[in-house]
Amino acid sequence: MNNAGRPLSPHMTIYRWPITMTLSILHRTTGVALSVGLIVFVLWLTSIAGGATSYQEFADLMQSAVGRALLAGWSFAFFFHLANGIRHLFWDAGHGFEKHQATVSGWFVVIATIGMTVAYWLAL
Amino acid sequence: MSLRSPIGKVLGSGSAKDGTGHWWAQRVTAAALLILGGWFLWSLLQIDSLAYADLRSWVGRPLSGVMLLLLGVTLAIHSSLGVQVVIEDYVHGSAVKIIALILNKFFHYFLAAAATLAVLRIALGDGA
Repeated sequence: MNNAGRPLSPHMTIYRWPITMTLSILHRTTGVALSVGLIVFVLWLTSIAGGATSYQEFADLMQSAVGRALLAGWSFAFFFHLANGIRHLFWDAGHGFEKHQATVSGWFVVIATIGMTVAYWLAL
Repeated sequence: MSLRSPIGKVLGSGSAKDGTGHWWAQRVTAAALLILGGWFLWSLLQIDSLAYADLRSWVGRPLSGVMLLLLGVTLAIHSSLGVQVVIEDYVHGSAVKIIALILNKFFHYFLAAAATLAVLRIALGDGA
């Protein structure tokens, strides 16, 4: 059946992206990214268990420019998933479902994520 | 002929037959990771350096070892549950989907086992 030319209902490219939609997509994206990060976390523990030489190899890899960029990304992903995860737990408990509340808590998550990421790297 | 009433057959068993188990496990592991993840990031700030000797003695301490072991296993469970939903949403075709779901489980069990072994090797003082 050829449906070309039939009108479509308004879709993603039509609507202005609300913050809630962006954060929802980011929650899943950062979750998948952190699953990849889990592999690196396990490699880190394994490299320590393997002795000084194997740990040095791991440390050298992560201290490269690419390694540092990945670590920065994973820390951002971690803090975002953490903050937005708490937001999800509040929803699960039945709080904050109103549209304006979800928007406010969304922006709060954005600020908290940036704040925690920057603060952590400064403290480290 | 079944003596169960129609309402009895329906209650508690939608088309998926279950579902709260996954949902609840995702929440419980999330709560656990608030504690374990918070402890991990705080600990990284506390230890003297990220040099080999400092890290190894830190992992080898009883409390750190237990917390790292729990962290590794809980991360693997939480990650497994999350990736499972992503596969269920985006991978179509029952054969491919089932294989992907099983591989996801296998891989996360592997990660949990590897993390456990690494911590145990350090805690029990194997090798270097």
